[in-house]
Amino acid sequence: MIYDLIILGAGPAGITAAVYAARKRLNFMVVTRDIGGQAAISGDIENYTGYQFITGPDLAKKFADHLKQFSFPLKEGEAVRQVKKLADKAFKVITDQGEYEGKALIVATGKIPRPLRVPGEAKFKNRGVSYCATCDGPLFAGKSVAVIGGGNSALDAALSLAKIAKQVYLVNINPRFTGDPIMEEKLRAADNVVILNGANTLKINGDKFVTGIEVKIGGETKTLPVQGVFVEAGLTPNSAFIEFVDKNKAGEIEVNCATETSEPGVFAAGDVTTVPDKQIIIAAGEGSKAALRAFRYLAELK
Amino acid sequence: MVKVYSTPTCPYCHLAKQFLAENKIEFEDIDVSVNQQAAEEMIQKSQQMGVPVLDIDGTIVIGFDKAKIKQLLKI
Repeated sequence: MIYDLIILGAGPAGITAAVYAARKRLNFMVVTRDIGGQAAISGDIENYTGYQFITGPDLAKKFADHLKQFSFPLKEGEAVRQVKKLADKAFKVITDQGEYEGKALIVATGKIPRPLRVPGEAKFKNRGVSYCATCDGPLFAGKSVAVIGGGNSALDAALSLAKIAKQVYLVNINPRFTGDPIMEEKLRAADNVVILNGANTLKINGDKFVTGIEVKIGGETKTLPVQGVFVEAGLTPNSAFIEFVDKNKAGEIEVNCATETSEPGVFAAGDVTTVPDKQIIIAAGEGSKAALRAFRYLAELK
Repeated sequence: MVKVYSTPTCPYCHLAKQFLAENKIEFEDIDVSVNQQAAEEMIQKSQQMGVPVLDIDGTIVIGFDKAKIKQLLKI
């Protein structure tokens, strides 16, 4: 069985692509780890046209409802491991659970939190190491925590944790923050926040749970006694599984204004691409473009 | 019996609860951000500190693991 089109990912881009593919009556399938992508874990959304206010989970639910009115194979809970180019203009998608073949692909796999890649990080994941301060923050009431990062998401995490935790260390590898100055001012005003600029996180220590982190600052190694480590070191495109398309240095898949990649038959949409702004509405729009373009590509292929 | 250990600010907790509600599964929602004792209980049961944690008739599910939840609840 070879599909016309395989859509990888079901965030705003992948879901919109699927809606368009279904209306074009393409023989397609969707492979995704989850439904809604980053939109589903966003807080309040006030810039998606048609909704003056909607929460991330609610918008994701609406996306999912729209998607599920069509009948097509939806492989949920599967992670794409590799995409291969086959002879005769086809592609093979290998996931952790199966293999699928398609004549065209839309890569809409988004972005994932960037890991620190330090010893202890993987071992203590969910044992003190968290990638979601909004989710797990309340469990650290009265405890000491470190936030790693210097952008807006790190500053935002540090501010919300300052209201919950006893002590917050903000560990920023750069000499200054890249986040908004207004947030930095608020942090400097908080009496339980210690800001460590130019501090490199070396190691996360613990036994059953995290007990501290080691940071290098000004040539000196310090141990910070913390029970929680919130990694807010930005996002990285989820594109490692496809090697034969051009990407920029950050790993984003290069696309032109028609969502075409360097490989004919492979289209890409949303946050995984070089499209300059990462917004839910942009991802959705790019998804529709990719499906329409894939439809045209398939028509010309026949 | 199904218990959901959650926090009000956790999007995956919302997704998990939404999923249970859609499938008409009754559950007890425990807010660990205000209930310190429940938070400790959750950490002890799951040996970890991430939410959500589901207790489905004594079996612990960490995170919104839809496949495992479906399997345990036979839905």
